[in-house]
Amino acid sequence: MSTPLFTGAEMVVKALSALDVKYIFGYPGGSVLDIYDAIFQQNDFEHILVRHEQAATHMADGYSRATGEVGVVLATSGPGATNCVTGIATAYMDSIPMVVLAGQVATSLIGDDAFQETDIVGCSRPIVKHSFNCRRVEDIPNIIAKAFYIAKSGRPGPVVVELPKDILIPENKAKFHIETNVKMRSYNPTKKGHPKQIKKAVQAITKAKKLVIYSGGGIVLANASELLTQLVETLNAPCTNTLMGLGGLSGTHKNFIGMLGMHGSLEANKAMANADVILALGARFDDRVTNNVKKFCPNATIVHVDIDPTSISKTINAHIPVVGLVDIVLQQILDELTETQFSPDKTALEQWWQEINEWRAVDSVSYQQDDSKIKPQRVVEAMYKITKGEAYVCSDVGQHQMFAAQYYPFAKPRQWINSGGLGTMGFGLPAAMGVKLAFPDSHVICITGDGSIQMNIQELSTCLQYNLPVVIVTLNNRSLGMVRQWQDMIYGGRHSSSYMESIPDFVKLAEAYGHVGIKIDRLDELDSKLTEAFEIKNRLVFVDICVDEKEHVYPMQIKHGAVDDMWIKKGVKA
Amino acid sequence: MRRILAILLENEPGSLSRIVGLFSQRAFNIESLTVAPTEDESLSRITIATKGDDKVLEQIVKQVNKLIDVIKITDLTERSHVERELLLIKVLAMNDKSRTEVKRITDIFRGSIIDIGKQVYTIQLTGDADKLNAFLKTLAHETEIIESVRSGCVGIARGEKALRV
Ligand SMILES: Cc1ncc(C[n+]2csc(CCOP(=O)(O)OP(=O)(O)O)c2C)c(N)n1
Ligand SMILES: [Mg+2]
Repeated sequence: MSTPLFTGAEMVVKALSALDVKYIFGYPGGSVLDIYDAIFQQNDFEHILVRHEQAATHMADGYSRATGEVGVVLATSGPGATNCVTGIATAYMDSIPMVVLAGQVATSLIGDDAFQETDIVGCSRPIVKHSFNCRRVEDIPNIIAKAFYIAKSGRPGPVVVELPKDILIPENKAKFHIETNVKMRSYNPTKKGHPKQIKKAVQAITKAKKLVIYSGGGIVLANASELLTQLVETLNAPCTNTLMGLGGLSGTHKNFIGMLGMHGSLEANKAMANADVILALGARFDDRVTNNVKKFCPNATIVHVDIDPTSISKTINAHIPVVGLVDIVLQQILDELTETQFSPDKTALEQWWQEINEWRAVDSVSYQQDDSKIKPQRVVEAMYKITKGEAYVCSDVGQHQMFAAQYYPFAKPRQWINSGGLGTMGFGLPAAMGVKLAFPDSHVICITGDGSIQMNIQELSTCLQYNLPVVIVTLNNRSLGMVRQWQDMIYGGRHSSSYMESIPDFVKLAEAYGHVGIKIDRLDELDSKLTEAFEIKNRLVFVDICVDEKEHVYPMQIKHGAVDDMWIKKGVKA
Repeated sequence: MRRILAILLENEPGSLSRIVGLFSQRAFNIESLTVAPTEDESLSRITIATKGDDKVLEQIVKQVNKLIDVIKITDLTERSHVERELLLIKVLAMNDKSRTEVKRITDIFRGSIIDIGKQVYTIQLTGDADKLNAFLKTLAHETEIIESVRSGCVGIARGEKALRV
């Protein structure tokens, strides 16, 4: 009996099945029609047809953020592939594992400016972890296997695989062989932290009088939140999370001192500024955290644990670098603490917590609700109550994103899904759809703004097709609020192109797409109508909430200042 | 400070563009770059001459290492090493006087004249960047340079130390 031969298109599908893919997100076109034909003839995974390829990438991304699996995208050559670029960059900035299969014109046409030819590998080069130009039918399975391995190991990230049409068509067949246990001589990411560095780190931590644990998205990606919690409790240390790390330590944990950075809490930023040792775990000293790097925590010893050596000492010099997977390193640190029979310095801790509690008492993350316009923060609080803090909250980008981060304390990692690194408006809805697909029985909220929602609103149609009843909560301030806030604060209140005079009737729009629309513009009906919205389980509900357009996000770091130089309220410095 | 980095990487389509892209994307300086396959055809070796302080260099090395198809990178300038560059240069040699002068300078620098035209000499010279610069300067003094090309530097560590898989 001779070994069966397969077309490249069949190999793509077989490889994806072999890698246990459940969903792929995509949009067809000339160069990938053979793959679509092969997808049609299999039942191992489902293809979700989006309405715009950018949304496919965000959907795959959201799916990945919620499940930890690799998100998979399929797009045709040329415009299909270039439409993926924003989504690839979004995933890259937040280290999300993703594989994008992009069609390409036939090998013989490459370089001729053929119809729908773009060099997607070239276009995406600065925003991928790696990419492959696939050129032979028999290479397809192992290239896809490698793409998955690279995407999810080490510091995760997106991988692009370019597939020319001529290696997919029925005329060219080859034997199928896939090696899912990938080994590469040029790529062996570190796993364990160096024992010497672990010892040094533990020495610094145990000697500290004012320790802060600053943890980021790495904790979420590495599923290390239980270990983080254990460390925080062992040390009884204060812990702050970055925007990407929210939920890494529960937002209601007594040692949680809030998010840090630009719109972080006063206590988090003050604790950083006054710390003698900062233990950074899977965080990367982003400029939205540090404020002016020259003024950043000059007196602190910095212990920096990260899987990516380039993140260490890139912006802020690390005194004790530890390269490794943060879950493994956390375990090593905990073991070392046990071994050295660590017991906390009670007096120092007490004093440190006393200081922190004084900053906490300022209650910097707070707002005033009068009985006229609905405050956006009030909406987030209502959302939190109604969903008992258990919803997946997928955000777009703007003021609403910060309000959600500040007022919805996330109990668990992966509950909070937002584009932190790239800040991509239009991310929220498709990301929420990816999450809903993975967790159909959970509340999945897309919190968004009147600007952001319109950047991928066409996906309302996909939601109907695949029955994805997410709850869209639009904090409608009739403006590009975050832009307007900066114009108010920095540009003399000149609202250049930051408000929109032609916002559609979102209720009618939702209805036109076959969904339920609810408008809320009175404070006294907020709770009841929102509750009603969340009670509708089998249909998508678009809740359009008219909020106070003048509200600014506070607290806010003062530009060029130190990490704890902050505006607490309008005109009030910390 | 000037540094010479030697990189060993998979000889695959796109691997050079990733290196070049990285340098421009992160605003790292490239003074020269040379690339060719090694004796093992599956590997390429790149030599990059660059400039930067310790902090920048640390980032360059880490960022290059992070590229999936890079196997190893080393900073040759960290220890004793040999550095060579090839110069091919065409100069005017119109009359006896200038021909003798050009020949004399070439000999002093241990270069060789590899081609002669009616009015030009073509000279080959190898050495480190300093030597090549000095040669160019001296020649320019004596005659007119018509064309020149430099290979960019390559380098190798002295002694037992080797860059290999
Ligand atoms: C694709 C994209 N374009 C522009 C921006 C810059 N930007 C950041 S926030 C913002 C305003 C967002 O408005 P909206 O969605 O209504 O949210 P709001 O701030 O009003 O809550 C803009 C334009 C961005 N982040 N992403
Ligand atoms: Mg808005």
